[in-house]
Amino acid sequence: MSEQVKDAILLASMPKSLSGKEFTYCPGCHHGIVHRLIAELIDEFGLKEKTLLVAPVGCSVFAYEFFDVDGTVAAHGRALAVATGMKRARPDMFVLTYQGDGDLAAIGTAETIHAANRGERITTVFINNAVYGMTGGQMAPTTLLGMKTTTSPYGRDPKREGYPIHIMEIMKALPGVAYAERVKVSKPQDVPKAKMAIKKAFYAQLLDVGFGIVEVLSTCPTNWGMDPVEAGKWLDENMVKEFPLGVYVDKVTEVMKEKGVK
Amino acid sequence: MGEKIMVKGTEAIGEAAIRAGCTVYFGYPITPQSELTEYMARRMPQEGRVFLQAESEVSTVNMMYGASSVGVRVMTSTSSPGFSLMQEGISYMANARLPAVFVDVVRGGPGLGDIQPSQGDYFQVVKGGGHGDYRLPVYSPSSLQEAVKLTIHAFDVADKYRTPVVIFADGMLGQMMEPVEFPDPVDLSTLPSKDDWALTGARGRKARYVTSFNIDPYELEKMNLVLQETYRKVEAEEKKWEEFMTEDAEVIIVAHGTVGRIVKSTVKMAREKGIKAGLFRPVSLYPFPYERLSELAEKVDIVMTVEMSAGQMLEDVKLAVLGKARTPFYGRLAGVIPTPAEILEALMKEIRR
Amino acid sequence: MARKTLGFIEIDQERCKGCGLCINACPANVIRFSEEFNSKGYHPAEYIGEGCIACQFCYYTCPDVCITVYRYKTPALSK
Repeated sequence: MSEQVKDAILLASMPKSLSGKEFTYCPGCHHGIVHRLIAELIDEFGLKEKTLLVAPVGCSVFAYEFFDVDGTVAAHGRALAVATGMKRARPDMFVLTYQGDGDLAAIGTAETIHAANRGERITTVFINNAVYGMTGGQMAPTTLLGMKTTTSPYGRDPKREGYPIHIMEIMKALPGVAYAERVKVSKPQDVPKAKMAIKKAFYAQLLDVGFGIVEVLSTCPTNWGMDPVEAGKWLDENMVKEFPLGVYVDKVTEVMKEKGVK
Repeated sequence: MGEKIMVKGTEAIGEAAIRAGCTVYFGYPITPQSELTEYMARRMPQEGRVFLQAESEVSTVNMMYGASSVGVRVMTSTSSPGFSLMQEGISYMANARLPAVFVDVVRGGPGLGDIQPSQGDYFQVVKGGGHGDYRLPVYSPSSLQEAVKLTIHAFDVADKYRTPVVIFADGMLGQMMEPVEFPDPVDLSTLPSKDDWALTGARGRKARYVTSFNIDPYELEKMNLVLQETYRKVEAEEKKWEEFMTEDAEVIIVAHGTVGRIVKSTVKMAREKGIKAGLFRPVSLYPFPYERLSELAEKVDIVMTVEMSAGQMLEDVKLAVLGKARTPFYGRLAGVIPTPAEILEALMKEIRR
Repeated sequence: MARKTLGFIEIDQERCKGCGLCINACPANVIRFSEEFNSKGYHPAEYIGEGCIACQFCYYTCPDVCITVYRYKTPALSK
C-alpha cells in the first residue's frame, strides 16, 4: 500500500478538526457527513483554536466529543442561548451550534428565533430528519403530513398534530439573519453544495454580517425503518417537496464581494 | 474605599457586582427586580461590559451558562417565578461546575402570586428546585451594606468552588435606601485564572469541554462525588451568621434577611419587658449554621423561627435544634410583612404556654 | 475488459458500519461489502482493488469518515 501511496496524491481524508473518536450514530445516518463538512471548513478557515462548539440534546449530544475543538452541550433547545452567552462574552471566538429539529424547532423555538433576530454572530447547522432520533422515533415539529412515528402512529394529521414547521421560511422574516439555506446530502453531488452553504454561514459570522444558518435535510434510517440507501431516496422523493431546497437569505455574498473574499 | 452614599437596594447590588468584576449581565424584566436589570443596562456599557436582555428567564440562565463557560464573571437578577424558570439551567451549571451569581428578589407566591416581599423561595433556592444532587451557596443580606459585601463575596465563592451562588433578597431590600460604602472596583487582571478549565479555544493544548453530561453511570457518579466533595468544603468553610443579644438569651428568635432586621426591634422590645430574647440570623442559608444554633439551643427553652413564609427555614432550624428546645413558628404569607409588635405578641404567647 | 484506474481508496474497515452509502454512490462500481465481519459485527465496505476513478463520491457520502481517497500521479491501465 505504501508503494501505492507514494505514486499518488492525497485527495480526501479525515479532517484534522475531528477528534477521530468513532461517531455514535446509526449506520447511514447523515449526521456524520455534516460533521465532516463542518470539520473540513474549520480546517480550511484555520479556526480550530478559535472555535467553540455547542452540541444539543438529541442524537448529536456527543458532537463536542467528535470535534477536536473546545465545546459544551446545552440543555435541550438552549444551544443558541448558550452560544449567545459565549459570543457576547468572547466576541473574538468562532461560535457554532449544531442542532436537530426537536431541539431547534420545537423546545428551542424561542431561542432560535430571538438569537436569529438579534443577528447573533453565530453559525448554526440545523439537522432536519423529520423525527426525534435519540428518544426513539417520535413525531418532530418537521414530521411530514401522513408520516407515521411512534407518537403519530396513524400518520401526522394536520387536524390533530398541525403542520410541519418551516424554519428557513421563518428565517426569511427575521432581519438579523445574514444567511439561510436549505440543503441535503443524500446524493454525492449534494455534498459540495451543502459545504458551500455552510461556508457562507461561517462567513456570516466571520465577516460580522449576522446570524448564519443552514438546514440540512437528513435521513434517519433507523427510525424511518428503511435501509440507508432507501432512506436517501425517500428523502429525495418526499422531504424535498415539503422543504424546498435553496437560499432563503443571503446578505453574505455581497459583503464577500465588497471585501474581496472568494 | 470612599465616603458613604445614599443608594437604593437594587442599585447597591448592581454596583457591587460591577465592582466585583461582573463582566456580563443577562436579565429579563420581572417585578420587583426590574430596577436592578435597568441599572445594569445603564451601567454595564459605561464600563465597556456586556448587558443583554434575554427573551426569557430560560434563555437568561443558558446565556449565563455560555458566558461562564468561557471564563467571565456573570450575573443575573430575577424574582421568584423567574427563578423557578431558571432551575433547569442552574442544575446544568451546577454539574458543569460553572460559577455565576443569581439574585432572587423574592415575591409572594405560589403561581403568579403578588409582587410584595416574601421569603417563600427558601425551599426552591436553598434546597434546590432543579433536578439532581446539587447545592447552591445562598446568602441572605439584611441591610444594603451587607448586600454589597455579600454580592462581592458571592462572586469569589462562585469562582473558588466553581458553583452558582444565590443572593436571597426581597422587594423590601430592593426598594430601601441606605447610606452605603462601596469598595474600590476589583482589578480584573488580579482575579484567579480559569485557564485550567474554561473554554478559551484549543490553542497550545488539547480540546476540552464543559458538560453536565456523562452517559456512563460510573463516570457520572465520579462527577457527582466531585460536587459532594465541594459541598463538604463549602460547609466547612463558608458558614456565616449574625448573633444579636444571644449571650444571655433565654429565648432565641431565628430569622434571616429583612425579617432578621425586623426581629432586632422585637428583641429590643422584649428586653424592655424583661424577656431576655436574642436573635440568631443565618446569613448563609446554605451552608446553614447548624452547629452554632445547636449550641445556642442547649441554653434555651424556645427557639422561635420567624419567616415571611409558611415555615420553610423552620425545617433547618429543627434540624439544628434536634428537640433540645421548643421550635414554634411565626410567619406572614403572600407578601405581608410582619411587624416587630406582632412577632413579640407571638413570642409572648409561646412563653406563656 | 480493460479500464482505467485513476486512483484508489483506503477504507478504515474497523470504523465502517456497513451502511452501503459509498457502494451506492460509487459510479465505477468498485466498492462492495466485504464477506468478513469487523469487530462491531458489520460487513464493512471494501475496494475491489482496481477501477477507482478518484471522484471522491464515496468520501462525500461516507457518514463515518472511513475513506481516504488518492489519485495516481500517472493513471494505471489495468488488465
